[in-house]
Formats: sequence, structure tokens, C-alpha cells
Amino acid sequence: MSQPHHKDYAGAKLGMWLFLFTELLLFGGMFILYAVYLARYPHEFAAGGKQLHWVMGTVNTVILLTSSLFVAMAVTALQRGEVRRTIGLISGTIICAAGFLVIKYFEWSAKIGHGIFPGSPHLKEGPPGESVFFSLYYMTTGIHGLHVVIGSILLAWIALKVKHGSVHSGDYVLLENGALYWHLVDLIWIFIFPLYYLVL
Amino acid sequence: MAATDNKQPDQRGGFWNDSGKAGIGSWIFSTDHKRIGLLYFYSTFGFFLVGVLLGLLLRIELMAPGRTIMGPQTYNALFTVHGVVMIFLFIIPGFQGSFGNLVMPIQIGARDVSFPRLNLFSWWIYMIGALVVLTALFTGGGPPDTGWTFYVPFSARTGTNVSLAVLGVFIIGFSSILTGINFVTTIHRLRAEGMGWYRLPLFTWSLYATAWIQILATPILAITLVLIIAERLLGTGLFDPGQGGDPVMFQHLFWIYSHPAVYIMILPAMGVISDIIPVFSRKPIFGYKMIVFSSIAIAAAGSLVWGHHMFTSGMSDTAVLVFSFLTFVVAIPSAIKVFNWVSTLYRGSISLEAPMLFALTFILLFSIGGLSGLILGAAATDIHVHDTHFVVGHFHYVMFGGTGFAFFAAMHYWLPKFYGRRYAEKPALVAWGLMFVGFNILYFTMQVLGMKGMPRRYYDYLPEFADLNLVATIGSWILAVGLLIMVINLFRGLWWGVPFEGNPWGGATLEWSVPTPPPTENFEQEPVVTHGPYDFKGTGIP
Repeated sequence: MSQPHHKDYAGAKLGMWLFLFTELLLFGGMFILYAVYLARYPHEFAAGGKQLHWVMGTVNTVILLTSSLFVAMAVTALQRGEVRRTIGLISGTIICAAGFLVIKYFEWSAKIGHGIFPGSPHLKEGPPGESVFFSLYYMTTGIHGLHVVIGSILLAWIALKVKHGSVHSGDYVLLENGALYWHLVDLIWIFIFPLYYLVL
Repeated sequence: MAATDNKQPDQRGGFWNDSGKAGIGSWIFSTDHKRIGLLYFYSTFGFFLVGVLLGLLLRIELMAPGRTIMGPQTYNALFTVHGVVMIFLFIIPGFQGSFGNLVMPIQIGARDVSFPRLNLFSWWIYMIGALVVLTALFTGGGPPDTGWTFYVPFSARTGTNVSLAVLGVFIIGFSSILTGINFVTTIHRLRAEGMGWYRLPLFTWSLYATAWIQILATPILAITLVLIIAERLLGTGLFDPGQGGDPVMFQHLFWIYSHPAVYIMILPAMGVISDIIPVFSRKPIFGYKMIVFSSIAIAAAGSLVWGHHMFTSGMSDTAVLVFSFLTFVVAIPSAIKVFNWVSTLYRGSISLEAPMLFALTFILLFSIGGLSGLILGAAATDIHVHDTHFVVGHFHYVMFGGTGFAFFAAMHYWLPKFYGRRYAEKPALVAWGLMFVGFNILYFTMQVLGMKGMPRRYYDYLPEFADLNLVATIGSWILAVGLLIMVINLFRGLWWGVPFEGNPWGGATLEWSVPTPPPTENFEQEPVVTHGPYDFKGTGIP
């Protein structure tokens, strides 16, 4: 992703930050819908929020924050040239990501087991705001989950590059950008978590 | 397409025969911005011609009341595909992809864009998206029939292949975002020594403003399209009133992107005009900084006016007034540009060659289109002409008369530079004349029809509209003949025309200082910029 002549670190980082903006805006669309529908159906949203499992949400928040810590430490470790530690820390991030997805899986399957999923007969019979709340919940957390998967694959690929030595203490902008992406995934969850689990 | 430009690369020199490799692989896997630019050019312009054919068919159907050559379902599919092809496959990626790639890095004195591989990747994503859109036309429930706006609830319910078409547009959106990121980074990081912000050619400035809109607006389209697909496949009901959703929210999300998108389409066109007018008037551009600021102002204010598409959708009156007011605000920077171009012409030594004729036509047609836009932007009059042929006429004046003609201007202005051969002047003028006449007969008549109350997207109409519709259809034929002559003349010239060398038009921007065709990395040594982009005296150009 850089010039063959001389690597433009500032350019590579600038490009990454611009890309992160676009990701924020992508979720921004769903947050707009959340805001509008919350204003329209405050009671149904509150009732929907109570049905979500706040303990699982909290655990997932802690897991993601920890994973972000690991990836930040990985960047520092690579700057110091500690390759093995870098790979270990990235692996830690990916394990956290897997844990996050497992918990998410249990949350989703419990909800689906109760007949709560987009277009389900249960939601169609209930008040309209409830259906909107859960559709938004599934779409937002689903697309966020997809980002967790993409981020993990990205970090795994970067870990391989670290192992092969093409990303090293003298040229680590790829890991930095990967870490930035991971922080973004974390950041978006920090907004999703209170909006759906806590506030209402 | 790329294979055909490969016929005689050896004689051309420059970037045409640098890699030592030949064949299609040296094009579709090249990271050279000029090769990628030509890939974009041929793919987008190819889709443009497809869109033209579809448009001609639509006009033939509307030539007389009742069924002429197709049934209503085919008509619905055709106007949808015409819109999707023209907007998402030609006009949005067209300027940035082709002339942005070809010219911008040279204009700022760079060897290439910041992320050359990402640049190639963008083209591939674009092609994959285009392929998915094309697949949607021939599979499943048939081509989509929703109009290019994909409005719910119809798009959530129709049995046609909307999901796949929407997926294709979603994929193309990524290409647009990545190009935007690439261009913003390039213009920030890779300007040559001495190329300060106020020495950037105005085309590059307009690409910069456009790239920001691509970055900030396209993600909203992406999520909106994902939500349509979810609506169709999962039944999320977020836009379905039966399940508590609100279709107007879809319209908001859609236009939050799609209104700024019209500035993605028009801003690079304005940039081309700002580059061409001074060269053919032999005068520095009038009010350089104001043109720069107006580009930024259009990009910023244009992001806040999406509601003017929805005056009849049941928004609050307050929202209607605010959006109407903001719409008028956008007219100010657009008018500033028009006045600046006209002032540049004043007492200039004007030479009416093909690029200049197309550029002047842009000013006229864009002004007509822009002023008719104000009729639509004023809430009171919009209620009467909303969803009529007036809107269709307005949109084509701005997009075809504006961006389209600017694209033709750019083709005549820059393509010879990259091919080393040029078209014949006389046929180009004839083509221009026919297109200008045909264009106005076609689209001005549409605006009149709209004023009289003919709705858009209707397959049939009342008998009193018959005469004007016939006139419009005849106009479309004149336009098509002109277009055909232009295309034949231009490409014949690029292949077999007289050699084009040096700087025959006397441009002062950097792309005219490099050899023709430009070598692979553009500059023998890193250039040092000592004069402004329209400082003809400083370059010693007479």
C-alpha cells in the first residue's frame, strides 16, 4: 500500500484514518435510525433494552477493551523488535475476539430461541416499536460482529507478516493501521453497548 | 476494451511501452495511474454508451402514446437500468476514475498516486460491482424495476432482482470510497516542491473536494443498501410501517448520500471547465481563490440539502423551509463559478476549438439546469413539478449538459496528450453542433412537458402531450447522431490521426510540461514548481 520509491508513513496513516471515518459513518447511518426510532417509540425501546442480557454485554465490553490493550501493546512490542511477544499479543487479541463472538452467539441464539428475530411471528404480534428495536439490534450488532471477524482476519494476516519479517521494527505501519482498525471496532462497540444494553 | 488499446503500443512511446510486457495483463494488473485511468475511461465510457442506447429506447417508447415498442414492465426495467448504469457505472466513477487518474498525479508533480495498488484494486472492485449489476439484469426475477432510487416499500416487495443490483451498487461504493481516500492522501502528501495549495490546478482542487464527499457520503449509501437487502431477505421491517418502520427514513438515508453524490458528479466537471477556459482564452483564470472556495463550499453546503428531494414526502414544514433555504445557499457558490468563468472570457483571446466549445456549452447548459434546479428547490413550485418530466429535464441539463459535456471537453482536451495523436477538428465541430441542437430539443422539451404536467416514469401519457414527446424523441436522434460522429472522430484520431506533440494549446499546468505521451513515472526528475497553473507569462507560453 505504499510507494515503491520511499515509504510514506504519514500518507499510509492518513489513508487509514480516512478509512476509519468512513466506517464511523457507516455505523452512523444505523445510529441515526436508532435516534429517530427511539424518539418515536421510547417505551418499546426501554422494554426491548431490558430483555437484553446486560451481564453478557458487560463481559463482552471488558473482553473487547482487553483485546484493544493487547493490540496496542503489540505495536509497542514490535517497535522494540520483540517479534515473539508481538505475535503472542496479537494472538491474545484474536482469542479475545473469538471469545466476544462466542458470547454474542449465545446471546443471539437465546433471543432467537425465544422467537425474537427479524420478521418473526412473535415480533409481528408485539408492538411495532419492539420489532424496530430488535431489527436494529440485530443489524447493528451483526454488522459490528462482521467487523470483529474482518479485524481478526486482518490481524492474523499481519501476525503472519510479522513472523515472516516483512513487518518489523523498522517498518511497522501495517501493524499500526491494523491496530487502528481494531480500536475502531472496539470504539463502535463502546457506543453500541450503552445504547442497547444500559441506557434504557 | 483494454486489449484494443494495445494494438500499437510500440509506436506511441511513453507509458504505452514501458513495462516490456504486452497483452491485456500489462493493463489490468498495472499500477500505473495512467493505465488505470484508461481502464476506467474505457469501462465507464463503455457503460455510458450502453446507457445512451437504453435512453434512446425509452425515447422511442415515449414517441407516441400507448405501446410503441415495449410493454410497461420492460419500460420500468429500462428506465431503472438506464439510471443505475448512467449514475453508478458512468457518472460517479467516470471523472475521478478516468481523468482524475490520468491527469491529477501529473498536475501535482507526482510519479503516481499515494496507493497505486489500492488504485488498481478500486478498478477491480468497480468491475466486479458492475458485473454483479449486469448479472442482476439477466437472472432471478428479471431486471429491477424500482427506478435508480430503490425507494421502499416497492423495492422491498417487488419480485424483480433488486437484491443483486443493490449488492452490485454496494460493491461499487467501496471502489468510490477507496478512490476518494487515495486522492485525498495523494493531494496532501505527494505535491511536488513549490506546488503550494494555491498553485494546485483547479481540476485537482475539484477532485480534492469531490474525494471528500466520496469519503463522507458513500458509507451512508452503503448502509442504506445493506438495509434494503436485509429488508428483502430477513424482513427486518425497519422501513415497513406495518412493523413500526418508516419509509421516509429510507428516503432520508438515501438522499443523505445521493444528493452529495450529484456534487461528486458535477464538481470534477467544473474543475475541467476551470482548466480549459483560461487556456483557450489566453488569460489567467478570474478569481482563482473564489473558485477554490466555492468548490469547498459546494461540497460542504451540498451535504446539507438532501431534503429537497422529499418536499412531497410528508416532512414537517420547518424541515421543508430549512432544506429549501439551504438549497438556495448552494446556488451561490455555483453562480460564483459561472461568473468567474465568464469573467475569464472577458477580453480574452478566445479560440473556439473543440474542447473550448464543449466547455462553453457546459456553462450555458449548466446555467439552464442550475436555474431550473431553483424552481425545484423552492418548496412552493416544487409541489407542482415534483416527479414530472421537468425534473428529468433539469437533471439531464445538469448531469448530461453539465458533466457529460465537460467529460467530452476533457476527452478532446486531454486524451490526445495521452495518445500522442489527435482527432480532426472539423468533424468534432460538426458533432458538437449536432449534439448541442439535439440536446436542447430533447431536454428543453422535457422541461416544458413537465410544466404542463406530464409525470416521469410513466409508460403511457395523455394525448395532449403527444406532439412535444415526438419533438423530444427527434431531438434524441439528433443528439445520438452527433454523439456517434464525435466518438468515431475522436477514436479514429487517437489511433490514426495526426501526431500531437508538445503543448499545442499552451496550457500552463504541469501535465503539458511532460513528454507526449507521458513516460511511466511522468517526470524525469522531481519537478520544482515555480509558477501558478494559469500563469501563462511565467511559463513563456505566448
